[in-house]
Amino acid sequence: MLRLEKRPQPSKTLSYVTPVLAVLITMVAGGALFAALGKDPVVAIRTIFWDPLFGQFAFYYLPQLLVKAGPLILIAIGLSLGFRAGIWNIGAEGQYILGAIFGAGVALACYPLEAWWIFPLMVIAGAFGGFLWAMIPAILKVRFGTNEILVSLMLVYVAEQLLASMSIGLMKNPDGYGFPGSRNLQQYPSAHNAELIPDTGLHWGVVAAIVVAILAYILLNRHILGFQIRLTGEAPRAARFAGVKPPRLVLVCMGTAGALAGMAGMFEVAGPAGQISAGFNTGYGFTAIIVAFLGRLHPFGIVLAGLLMALTYIGGEAAQSALQLPGAAIQVFQGMLLFFLLAVDLLTNYRIRLTKRETA
Amino acid sequence: MHMKKRTFLAGAASAIGVSAFGTVSAMAQDKKVKVGFIYVGPVNDGGWSQHHHESALAMVKALGEDKVELVEQDNVPEGPDAERAMTQMALNGCDIIFATSFGYMDPAMNVAKKFPKVKFEHATGYKTADNMACYSARFYEGRAIEGTIAGRMTTTNKIGYIAAVPIPEVVRGINSSYIHAKKVNPDVEFSVIWLFTWLDPAKEADAARTLIEQGCDVILQHTDSTAPLAAAQAAGNVIGFGQAGDMIEYAPKPRVASIIDNWAPYYEERVKAVADGSWETHNVWEGLSTGMVKIGEITDAVPAEVKKEAEDMIAAISSGAYHPFTGPLNKQDGSVWLKEGEVADDGTLAGMTFYVEGLKGDVPS
Repeated sequence: MLRLEKRPQPSKTLSYVTPVLAVLITMVAGGALFAALGKDPVVAIRTIFWDPLFGQFAFYYLPQLLVKAGPLILIAIGLSLGFRAGIWNIGAEGQYILGAIFGAGVALACYPLEAWWIFPLMVIAGAFGGFLWAMIPAILKVRFGTNEILVSLMLVYVAEQLLASMSIGLMKNPDGYGFPGSRNLQQYPSAHNAELIPDTGLHWGVVAAIVVAILAYILLNRHILGFQIRLTGEAPRAARFAGVKPPRLVLVCMGTAGALAGMAGMFEVAGPAGQISAGFNTGYGFTAIIVAFLGRLHPFGIVLAGLLMALTYIGGEAAQSALQLPGAAIQVFQGMLLFFLLAVDLLTNYRIRLTKRETA
Repeated sequence: MHMKKRTFLAGAASAIGVSAFGTVSAMAQDKKVKVGFIYVGPVNDGGWSQHHHESALAMVKALGEDKVELVEQDNVPEGPDAERAMTQMALNGCDIIFATSFGYMDPAMNVAKKFPKVKFEHATGYKTADNMACYSARFYEGRAIEGTIAGRMTTTNKIGYIAAVPIPEVVRGINSSYIHAKKVNPDVEFSVIWLFTWLDPAKEADAARTLIEQGCDVILQHTDSTAPLAAAQAAGNVIGFGQAGDMIEYAPKPRVASIIDNWAPYYEERVKAVADGSWETHNVWEGLSTGMVKIGEITDAVPAEVKKEAEDMIAAISSGAYHPFTGPLNKQDGSVWLKEGEVADDGTLAGMTFYVEGLKGDVPS
């Protein structure tokens, strides 16, 4: 019989091995799913994981990988700081939306002025928008002890309403014949978050994601704040003795996560998306939660996890159109990844023991 | 193999850019016309996306599976994901790509620039290029028929309207049905509920019940589900109309007629044009006359003389003898919009965000 036995300490090795294991199990289970749908599982898995990287059209897919992974990484790193300290910001999607609204707001207010300072100002405004939105659950938690999970999540829906209102009201393109949606910032050079080198997918948001990953690594390993964050997550009581002020930590972690999510939204609206529209947000803020955990809340792990997640999206879409798989099957496939990750995570904290069956 | 590697290197070095895209799509071409479709919802949503999907299937059937290869992708969010989906299709050798939602406009434009040899067709937008056309339907013509029947058949003189998203198409529909209901019944009043969604059966049912409680005995809908008809049926003496699809399962009552989106003939024509090389860009807006908008069977629940009146109007609109927006018409604030006998131009209609005189409330913004 199988029995679970708690490890005295979580296994270091397994915490690195389990994400890979989860991916492998997802491939097998996903393959079974695709086979059940009447598709060749090997071809499907190859289309998702191999073709975008090494296939005929990799020259297009590789840059797209960066475009898709950039916002995921940026948001996930912000979230990981809070998650490490046990602060659960689930509303990054809303902070992402507010960042886009603030960033685009600056651009639309300046239109059609061309000046070098517009884009930097948009970045600051975007970060500020996300920061403000994250401060609502943070301050409510600090002041009144509300649950930040619920408040931040609910604020996502408020943000979506605000976004819809912007796209048909305040930010509607005056030259758009009454149709919803703002001006397209891709056609406004001073505000356009263009690719830095054409056809590489490398825009400022991707650069920011890489820089932030490095900064987060330094923060967590070399800075007293990083120490406090880790300590609070691992031993809250000890943290208090060590002089950590929990309210301050909540404000700092939520604020940072909000600002980074806001920046991600701003880079997206000024670049790949181009405009404020009701369907602007496509779930980066929620997917980033998966990315944060898949990356073990470690900055470099998150970079890898973000790229992997982006790959399942891009490969998943390729499989949809190449193999005519239904979109829902791809979503199930992505869901499996988180499911199996959480399941095999058990192995980090527990070991499986084979015991002899006891006779009654 | 050699080819693949070269293409990859070209892209990676980013030296060729646009021309790399062009080469690939030309390379992948074969004799069958490869047609791509992207949909914003699932293909079984019972509404917008499903009708495009079914029309696509009808097109393939009409032209023959040996002539056309269909590639579809559903649940494609509007924005960068749509751009990637279309690029993917173009890379894989699609000759023509139909982008079936308004929000695909700018993404389609971006992809069209990269693939000058691939044709793009965008539904319900306004931007065109040498290789990008747009097409849309004059649903307001159908609304005129609905309004006429509604105005004749209401006994409480209260008509409920479940509006979807505040864009010109929806506002046009409200105006058109109101104008024609009012024409046959001067006492008629409209209550409009905005749902800010195209498809949400629960919300639609709630809205329908609210309107019925307020005394409305005719429910018009611009949302896509059958929930309002189900609510009308439950209430008893309330009628409604099929929207986007025929919704014939609710006939003869509460569904007394319907507005049907029928894209199949257009898809057939355009794919055929690609096959014989005659495809050219355009911006078309078709209605009852070409069959892009159809009125589903008017049931016996409608009195014969009303049915006759509706059919006459269908004939008049189809032949061009009558335009649903013909003056004298004032805007909601009382200012003159169209003088006696004046007909609205397509530009104004395309961007219509105002109510006509007599409607209460505001277009949300």
